[in-house]
Amino acid sequence: MNVPAAWYLVLAAGLFGIGAFGLLTRRSALIMFMCIELMLNAVNLTFVTFSRTLNDISGQAIVFFVMVVAAAEVTVGLGIVVAVFRRRSSTSVDELSEMKG
Amino acid sequence: MATVATLLLLMPLLGFLSVLLLGRYMSEKQVGVVGTGVVAASFVLAVITFFMLIHHSSREVTVNLFSWISVGTLHVPAAMLVDPLSITMCLFVTGISALIHLYSTGYMHGEKDFRKFFLYLNLFVFSMLLLVLANNLVLTFVGWEGVGLCSYWLVSYYFDRDSAASAGKKAFIYNRVGDVGMLIAMFLLFSRLHTLTYLTIFERSGTLTPMIATLVVLALLLAATGKSAQIPLFNWLPDAMEGPTPVSALIHAATMVTAGVYLLVRMSPVLALSHSGRMTIAVIGGVTAFVAATIATSQKDIKKVLAFSTISQIGYMVLAVGVGAYGAAIFLMIAHAFFKALLFLGSGSVIHSLNGEQDMRKMGGLQKYLPLTFPTFLIGWLAISGIPPFAGFWSKGDVLTNVFEHNKALWALGVLTAILTAYYMSRLFILTFRGTERFRAETEGHDPHESPWVMTTPLVVLAALTVVGGILDLPWVHHDSLAGFLAPTFGYVAAGGHADTVAQYGLALVDVAAALFGLLAAYSIWRNISESKRWESPFLEHVWHWDDFYDATIGRPLTEAARFGDDVIEPEVIDGAITGLAVSVRRSAEGLRKVQSGFVRHYALATVLGLAVVIVFLVARVG
Amino acid sequence: MIGAAYSIPSVLVFVTSAMLILVGAIGVISVKNPVHAALCLIMTLFGVAVAFVAQSADFLAAVQIIVYAGAIVVLFLFVIMFLGVDRREHIHFEPLVGQRAFAAVGVAITVGGLIALMARSHWVSGASSVTTKLSSGGGNVKELGTAVFTTYLFAFEATAALLIIAVVGAVLLARRESATQGEESA
Repeated sequence: MNVPAAWYLVLAAGLFGIGAFGLLTRRSALIMFMCIELMLNAVNLTFVTFSRTLNDISGQAIVFFVMVVAAAEVTVGLGIVVAVFRRRSSTSVDELSEMKG
Repeated sequence: MATVATLLLLMPLLGFLSVLLLGRYMSEKQVGVVGTGVVAASFVLAVITFFMLIHHSSREVTVNLFSWISVGTLHVPAAMLVDPLSITMCLFVTGISALIHLYSTGYMHGEKDFRKFFLYLNLFVFSMLLLVLANNLVLTFVGWEGVGLCSYWLVSYYFDRDSAASAGKKAFIYNRVGDVGMLIAMFLLFSRLHTLTYLTIFERSGTLTPMIATLVVLALLLAATGKSAQIPLFNWLPDAMEGPTPVSALIHAATMVTAGVYLLVRMSPVLALSHSGRMTIAVIGGVTAFVAATIATSQKDIKKVLAFSTISQIGYMVLAVGVGAYGAAIFLMIAHAFFKALLFLGSGSVIHSLNGEQDMRKMGGLQKYLPLTFPTFLIGWLAISGIPPFAGFWSKGDVLTNVFEHNKALWALGVLTAILTAYYMSRLFILTFRGTERFRAETEGHDPHESPWVMTTPLVVLAALTVVGGILDLPWVHHDSLAGFLAPTFGYVAAGGHADTVAQYGLALVDVAAALFGLLAAYSIWRNISESKRWESPFLEHVWHWDDFYDATIGRPLTEAARFGDDVIEPEVIDGAITGLAVSVRRSAEGLRKVQSGFVRHYALATVLGLAVVIVFLVARVG
Repeated sequence: MIGAAYSIPSVLVFVTSAMLILVGAIGVISVKNPVHAALCLIMTLFGVAVAFVAQSADFLAAVQIIVYAGAIVVLFLFVIMFLGVDRREHIHFEPLVGQRAFAAVGVAITVGGLIALMARSHWVSGASSVTTKLSSGGGNVKELGTAVFTTYLFAFEATAALLIIAVVGAVLLARRESATQGEESA
């Protein structure tokens, strides 16, 4: 018998939680991006697990597209990070607070 | 008969409209002719209707003009009820009005607002006729309000005088307070009987509980005290003397002030259902008569004496209504109309001859200068004092006899008032016509002149009516008298019993004695003096300080409350609520603004917390 | 213990992937140096790839390594070096009040809720496939390819367009402004 899917799901949930906590807690823009990647991977893991459980290829297809989009997102996101932090001395997102009120 | 009655009602309205629309093209004389003419025509029509009614099969004729209000169960037709009571009222209202219109053409000659005067006077007569001829309470109320309105206009006729303007307002406001009573009565009657037409009310009145009947009666009494100037709403009448004298004569002596009595008499079947209501009416009437008489003894202005005298005499009428002597009340109403109008017009003549002087201390010795005014006034004086064989003696005696049978205390009060009546009227007469001449300063040395024929003719006619008026209802004539004529109207009520003849003669003697006593007392005191601190107490002169009392208890507190409202409630509560709303919106917006901190991590945190909420919700649902 | 109910190889694989993933994730969120964080990220990605293989998603495991670990993390490293490796943040100091506490609470509730949902629901029912069977012969790649190029063709084309747009956008964003004023090429 294979390990039950629930374990992988719990693992994915835990990974998601860690990623979320890191996103909220770290101030460096780059680290925050990496945390987003963690969360996306958690989601991918969940989809693949369900794909196996429900015996349906759609889950894997979705993961395929998620990866594509994640790649695109990282590209544009890092472009923005570069554009914003090129002239600053730190990568802390707390400094970008002029849109308040 | 329907056409005649309708014309009777509409003639004064026609006069009003003509003067309203064409008045500016008409000369003073033409306006006077039109104004007087329509009222005289009304009188003629009233006489014709009277004879038609006598020979009619039924004594109650309803003339339907059109259906006015018809909503659900409320049906108020514009209809007239021609019956003995209404036709009697019409006769003396139109008759006296016609005479006073004639008088006014002379008295108001040269006034710049001559047309306005006749305009309002005609409208007044129309409203009064409407009030009296209506066959339902709502239409009566229309007329009721109409006479109040015309009274307001006419009292403030000299509107550029502050006192006149205030007097007009006072009259209207007091009337208004009374009107609340009429409205409450109408509401109660409609809610219980589902009708406001007199005849139907009388048919169904048996179903009223004593409590409701008493409430209705008290409400009607409130209305009557407002319109007829009884306690507690009488202070407006003396102030209303600011109006021109013909107005005082017509409205505040003969017609409008009798409307309250008319209403009570008309609603007699309902009054019959409430003993405590009638008792209250009688007490109010008696007390008012007495109080007003005491005040009249100390007034210096000739018209004010007559005003308080009116209040006092109407008090007698109300007293009569209270003991169920409706016929006697109407008899006194008619007789009073004759001699009070006579006295007012006579005083107008006096004032006119002295170039507007109204203070009796500056009169005296006018006997030889006013050869027509003097004798007519004398007749009026004797009548009101209760000297036989004039109308006053018979009518007042009728009232007192009926009161004697029901309540000895009130009868004693009535006799005391009769003494006072004779006293103050004699004082007035002596100060005005007899004694030394004190008016030379006012007339700048000229002799006072008698009034023109348009003014003296009505005096003569009224004097004649006063002399013979007694025959309307002599005590030993039962069937062809006024009371007999009116009996069918009060047929629903048990007729007041008559005392036996000995008692009647005894009471008559008491009346005469009272009158003579008052008269002689006045003569002995006032023969040589024109002013006396001892016999004219300031307390009485200031109307028992009644006005001050109302001012302190009602006037000033209300003004203070209004000022409080303006200074405190308006800016703090009302404005405060609205600005407070705006301020709180702004403050909450400022508070909410802090959510937008500008920190990305805060926004991310918010997203995650929102996600947590959604998941909890899902867990709860799935679970 | 666990081995009594489940086969040992599958358990071993699970434990391996779990270790890799968790250690890597905790490393990402707690190290100061961004380069170290990137390396921890790679570890996590490998762990996920192992889990994919265990779930019969071979193609995806491969793509995971190639795209994620091979391209995306490299991109991260490029940017780190571009912006300066020595830029560090002070981890122990948290300027926003209550952020960590609320974050911990929120995340705990979320994860707890997810696990509770899983425990209470009847999703894991083993129902038969809706679209295509996972492996009905031909292997995983063939199945996945068929699904992508037939059922999800529109999404495929859309993502292709998305990639092009992303590249153009990134180039524009990262472009250095010209030194001279008048040289603004569209």
